[in-house]
Amino acid sequence: MKILVPVKRVVDYNVKVRVKSDNSAVETANVKMSMNPFDEIAAEEAIRLKEAGKADEVIAVSIGNAKCEDVIRTAIAMGADRGILVKTDVETQPLGVAKILKAIVEQEGIGLVIMGKQAIDDDYNQTGQMLAALLNRPQATFASKITINGDSAEVSREVDAGSETIKVNLPAVITADLRLNEPRYPALPNIMKARSKPMDTKTPEDYGVDITPRIKTLKVEEPSKRKAGIKVESTEELVEKLKAAGVI
Amino acid sequence: MTVLVIAEHDNKNLKASTLNTITAGTKLGSVEVLVAGSGCSSVAEEVSKINGVSKVLKADDASYENALAENLAILIKDLSGNYSHILAPSNTFGKNFMPRVAALLDVCQITDVLEVVSEDTFKRPIYAGNAIATVQTSDSIKILTVRTTAFEKASQGGNASIEEISSKGDSGLSSFVKLEGSGSKGPDLSSSRAVISGGRGMASKDNFVLLEKVAAKINDCAIGASRAAVDAGYISNDYQVGQTGKIVAPELYIAVGISGAIQHLAGMKDSKIIVAINKDENAPIFEVADYGLVADLFDVLPQMEQLL
Repeated sequence: MKILVPVKRVVDYNVKVRVKSDNSAVETANVKMSMNPFDEIAAEEAIRLKEAGKADEVIAVSIGNAKCEDVIRTAIAMGADRGILVKTDVETQPLGVAKILKAIVEQEGIGLVIMGKQAIDDDYNQTGQMLAALLNRPQATFASKITINGDSAEVSREVDAGSETIKVNLPAVITADLRLNEPRYPALPNIMKARSKPMDTKTPEDYGVDITPRIKTLKVEEPSKRKAGIKVESTEELVEKLKAAGVI
Repeated sequence: MTVLVIAEHDNKNLKASTLNTITAGTKLGSVEVLVAGSGCSSVAEEVSKINGVSKVLKADDASYENALAENLAILIKDLSGNYSHILAPSNTFGKNFMPRVAALLDVCQITDVLEVVSEDTFKRPIYAGNAIATVQTSDSIKILTVRTTAFEKASQGGNASIEEISSKGDSGLSSFVKLEGSGSKGPDLSSSRAVISGGRGMASKDNFVLLEKVAAKINDCAIGASRAAVDAGYISNDYQVGQTGKIVAPELYIAVGISGAIQHLAGMKDSKIIVAINKDENAPIFEVADYGLVADLFDVLPQMEQLL
């Protein structure tokens, strides 16, 4: 079975983002970029499945500008076999990305797609579900545990009510949540070796997909700030204040 | 314009998230509500009595018992022709099937709607709430998931008709195996009036009993936790408040032994009054707290229990 892992290049999760002064977007120039953390978890899971003999090949794909090659190389350094870079300077949105991924899944004969449940930049949480719909395949979102049993997979999902387990027929699309695993740090020799691993470069047009954005961003603003509060000196004072505020 | 809201429920009771979603819907048009479930008549009855609901559609079939995305998406797609907007709460229920509906319709989805600006323009958080984007969609049908804490709950007092609609059957692609809840006692974290949350500072699973004792003295107070506390194994993940857990906005939020990582703040910073109790005076949680107490939680919690 081949596993496809889509990886997105996003502003590193440790960066405190700033809104551009013209309110057009969040500043991404001269900001540290990394692989989306949920995609790292997805890549780790795919690589573990290969190491456990449940998969034959792990392919990492990224869609975006030329620099997205970096996150593909990171996935390869972690243990993915090869990469596909779908190069575009158009803003990527979930539906367009899902359409490109569908074409790749069909072309490569992919049995399982594992991807992050959401990207930490646009926070959409859609692409996996959209891909599953376009392929008419089952989906298992917010995965915290994956067990492959022949032609199906049992997946535990982090849901509001606790942990839900569902069974999905393979092929399927699974999206990774935080507790699925702890991704490895690639070893230096693997980082070096990753540079020479095969990488195809494509464009959305190669797949016959129109990725024109459907969602237009009119404005980006800072969220309203909470006004600074006060420090209280004792539990008694705290309880008094809360009583005065009428909340207890 | 007519709007379809997808009800969240457990086949017996309606979840409060649906009430907030209905309020968002009323800002766009006349609201009809889909109750898809199995043996869900009592839920349909409950929905029919909500103010602002003009009609309830009930799809009662075994294939909807566990809200499997594959089955729900086919049903909702089939109904979509009658509506300008389709809304669901932006939680693990709505986020699971709504993008699937959108893709089947070849339209985009707007996640986490905070504000309805106009029929095609909405505000939503990006970068874990560190920025707010105003976005516009050109699609003919708008698929929205709604940040429930940004909208009031719809009130009781309606009298809508209930129409039974037929099932689209089971996709055969997936099946439900089990749901393991924590069997959590007390009020529901997503809709309670107050929340008291513990973080890594709680230091052990057993110490959460200190929070429970204080919660018991506060009217309608649920227990919550930070991701650090969940990851440390002190409490199960369904208690987690934060960007990747539950987003809450109660009247009173008490953060105990929580440093205030960005991801936690994203889940509670819209609470009306925030209290922080932490022995580290530099903890970022104090930057969003209305009342901060720099002290050892193991002293403060028993004192609070006594004073309340």
